Amino acid sequence: MSNGQSCGCSGGPRLIFACSGAADVGEIADRAARKLTRDGTGRMFCTAGLGGRISGILKTTEAAEGVLAIDGCPLNCVRSSLEQAGFTAFKHLQLADLGLEKCKSPVTEESINKVAARAAEMIIS
Amino acid sequence: MMRIQILGTGCPKCKKLAENTETAARALGIEYSIVKVTDINEIMKFGVMMTPALAVDGQVKVVGKVPSPDEIKKMLA
Repeated sequence: MSNGQSCGCSGGPRLIFACSGAADVGEIADRAARKLTRDGTGRMFCTAGLGGRISGILKTTEAAEGVLAIDGCPLNCVRSSLEQAGFTAFKHLQLADLGLEKCKSPVTEESINKVAARAAEMIIS
Repeated sequence: MMRIQILGTGCPKCKKLAENTETAARALGIEYSIVKVTDINEIMKFGVMMTPALAVDGQVKVVGKVPSPDEIKKMLA
């Protein structure tokens, strides 16, 4: 949503939840989600708000056109957070599936772009 | 008193939501106040990224659509 005064009721956004975890893959997931937001592909949203059961975040997620979860590692915290909040209709990207292993994946522009590219394909499809 | 907030920048859908909410609240006979929140930055503080939205006593009940008065009655009950 822009900071302007334009109406925000023209269709739901595509929301991106990243694990943003402490490990290298968490940072890659986070930065890929922010890149996708900057690029206009989707909109990063607050994963912590799911766990915190923040009503505005939950209701916005319900109204979204699509939801993508980006998990850095096989703990799949984002997927679990969405499921525990009652969401089932979302796409899920796990960085290990792209060959990015936890604690063995330096945070580079290349890895961020790799994740963002795959995430963009998933969001649009 | 129930505090009802209509979150929206003033488009027709936002106005319709306010109208339906008034109808629902009057039908329930509850004591209430309705405030329209039109500042986008204030709206975003609710964690809401789409409008219109309806909040009751600080809790967001619906985002991005205009429920009927009957549906809103259930949210206010």
